[in-house]
Amino acid sequence: MQAEKTHTKQKTTCYHCGEDCLEETLVFDSKSFCCVGCKSVYEILNQNDLCNYYDLEKTPGISPPKNVSKKHEYLENQEIVEKLIDFKDDERMLVTFYLPQVHCSSCVWLLENLYKLNPHVFSSRINFLKKELKLSFNYHQLSLRQLVELLASIGYEPEINFSDTSKDKKYKIDRSLVYKLGIAGFAFGNIMMLSLPEYFGLDDIKELSFAKFFGYINILLSLPVLIYSASDYLKSAWVALKHKTINIDIPIVLGVIALFFRSVYEIVSHQGAGYLDSLAGLIFFMLLGKVFQQKTYAVLSFERDYKSYFPISSTIIKENGEEVSIAVSELKKGDIILIRNNEIIPVDAELVAGEAKIDNSFVTGESLPVEIKVGTKIYAGGKQKGEAIKLKVLKEISNSYLTQLWNDEAFTKQNQDQFAGITNVISKYFTLIIIAIALGSLFYWWNIDKKIAIHAFTSVLIIACPCALALSAPFTFGNVLRIFGRNKFYLKNATVIEQLAKISTIVFDKTGTLTQAANSSISYIGEEMNKDKLNAVASLLRQSSHPLSKLVFATLENYQLVETKEFEEVLGKGIVATVNGKTVKIGSANFVETTKEDAATTSVVYVKIDNKLLGRFQLENAYRKNLKTVINQLQQYFKLHLVSGDNDSEQKRLLVYFSKENAFLFNQTPEQKLKYIKELQQQNEKVAMIGDGLNDAGALKQSNVGISISEDVNTFSPACDAILDAEVFEKLPLFFKYAKTSINIVIASFVVSFLYNIVGLSFAVQGLMSPVLAAILMPLSSITVVVFVTLATNLSAKLMKVD
Amino acid sequence: MSVLFILIIVSLAVAISFLVAFVWSVKDGQYEDDYTPSMRILFDDEKKETKHQSK
Repeated sequence: MQAEKTHTKQKTTCYHCGEDCLEETLVFDSKSFCCVGCKSVYEILNQNDLCNYYDLEKTPGISPPKNVSKKHEYLENQEIVEKLIDFKDDERMLVTFYLPQVHCSSCVWLLENLYKLNPHVFSSRINFLKKELKLSFNYHQLSLRQLVELLASIGYEPEINFSDTSKDKKYKIDRSLVYKLGIAGFAFGNIMMLSLPEYFGLDDIKELSFAKFFGYINILLSLPVLIYSASDYLKSAWVALKHKTINIDIPIVLGVIALFFRSVYEIVSHQGAGYLDSLAGLIFFMLLGKVFQQKTYAVLSFERDYKSYFPISSTIIKENGEEVSIAVSELKKGDIILIRNNEIIPVDAELVAGEAKIDNSFVTGESLPVEIKVGTKIYAGGKQKGEAIKLKVLKEISNSYLTQLWNDEAFTKQNQDQFAGITNVISKYFTLIIIAIALGSLFYWWNIDKKIAIHAFTSVLIIACPCALALSAPFTFGNVLRIFGRNKFYLKNATVIEQLAKISTIVFDKTGTLTQAANSSISYIGEEMNKDKLNAVASLLRQSSHPLSKLVFATLENYQLVETKEFEEVLGKGIVATVNGKTVKIGSANFVETTKEDAATTSVVYVKIDNKLLGRFQLENAYRKNLKTVINQLQQYFKLHLVSGDNDSEQKRLLVYFSKENAFLFNQTPEQKLKYIKELQQQNEKVAMIGDGLNDAGALKQSNVGISISEDVNTFSPACDAILDAEVFEKLPLFFKYAKTSINIVIASFVVSFLYNIVGLSFAVQGLMSPVLAAILMPLSSITVVVFVTLATNLSAKLMKVD
Repeated sequence: MSVLFILIIVSLAVAISFLVAFVWSVKDGQYEDDYTPSMRILFDDEKKETKHQSK
């Protein structure tokens, strides 16, 4: 990086934002700045005595955007203002902005001292983690637009979008749980204090009227606990009863109500002090367990989602014209990307050049391509059908959006979720059995010792926890998805794991699956191409995302790209377009309408210009390294088939890898591939199809598990259930094994939670367990299951060398 | 010993006031942001010539 037009000889960095001063260096107040924007911010801060900003962090500034003038005009509109603000009264308006630029304590300091920059701002407060600024200002003197422009002028332009911010909702739910917990804790402590005479057996106190007094206060204290703190459980049990079903909360509610009424009866009839301390303690610990569970799930599930999304890559066009492939997560606003035929548009972008025909079937279901004009915004998720187009990135996107599309209704298969089914059945019977056991122990102990009877009844109801059962499958599969994702095997959802474990047959596609793009050798046989013809062929090839097109394109040199019109790609056959008035066709012999001349050992791509055959490209197939090991390992457990759209020239070579018993089928059309898989399934085989996702989309969808191998994850076909990065092809047998292991882990955790229930119940039935102890053990059991499952999956992944 | 009645009632009153304070502070949003205050305490105090920060 060199400073070109500066007056200083050495590299200078801007005092405000820390960037190198490339284009020009402005000097002000004996400090250097890289641009007018940074200098202006410094001036503003200097004039208002806010230079403390620079003391807290070095170069904390953000270079403000160049032209801000008309951008915020829409904020003059009253309707929009009403939508954006939090609150408004005669004096002030309250608004919350999201400021993505906030990154350090200087930002916090400056933004909370905003009132010094403009006295009409009453107050401002930053939430650093959420990067939110809450402002209170005098809207008669300072309009919302002016406020936003003020923020922009110091480099903190707010990001305004109108989508529903559901962040607040999460907090509201958690808060009510906190209140309930607080009240339960308050009641628990005070009831225990008032029950001290009971604990210490101070009988003389009990004789006096204190007993009555304490008793009634205890009842008073436990009322809010029963009605408010336990309300979630009460509501859930009520709803279940109304629908005539049984759910987990019914035993709990039974136990709580039994405790309460028995205690009230005992206190009022002077038979004893009741069990209200156990009641309050029980509810307190259950709510505490809930809070812990929620926090644990939040941490685990966030990680699970984020890491198991596959990284789409995109081709970016650098300033010097060079085309480079980078991950979509690294795209920045303003980057120019190239989208070829059949490629998905990964981010919201604006069309810069090219004829865009967007197929929005992923997003809207509408598969009729829509023509887009240059300068219009195209939303992420659309697929380009046509020539390659250039787009300018408008918004960075999260990988999660595209995986949401992947899981869309349109692509779901009718596979049953076996484990979810089992869990539901077990839960139903479980609760009935528990109630039976509780009632049984109640009647047994009633005539022997009423105290033990009550204890036994409630402990049985509380300690039996089917929640461990409900947690096993989700947590195991969630972690497995994460582990797979870490190892570049991206699954659509958890059901795929169950299906993977059941596979009996694997069907392979050849081109792009068993063969790899990189090491093929390509030779050209035919008429020598002059400059025009070379340019035409290169320009046409560049449009297509087919592996063969990309391979051939990579071998061409010294071409100049020219405009192509009426580009069309026929899947599995070829591509055609009009270049400089001539029709150029590139593809299979059939497509190009010529006789086959190939030497029958290679893949061939013919080139025809204006009905005259120019020549052909011959590609020697290079098979993936480790193919032999992979096939050998897979053969031990599965039946293998090869179904290819190519000719059978390779059969001899393939026999080196596959044994003679495996079936080979060549020259298959996409429909024939689909039929073949259907036939296998009718023979009761569970079929996994491994292809490259392009022309076997139907087969991938038909199979029980469709795995698409990709070298660069541009061409994403939603019909597949899993994406395997070509890099980890050799781990494929391990992945199948690991899926089976994870099923075993789920079964093991079922067993563990059953054992726990049996042991706990045996203590509870004998009356040896107090309800409070039962309440503590209940969340403990769920947490143990979760921890066990997480450790087991991680450990087995390491041992099996999957991770 | 009958002073115990009064003592219990007083202690309950104190406990209830703490509960009220707890509910009020949660409602007020005091616990919503537990990170930024740690940054805020490190700022220098300045002579407050202008208005106090109001909510």
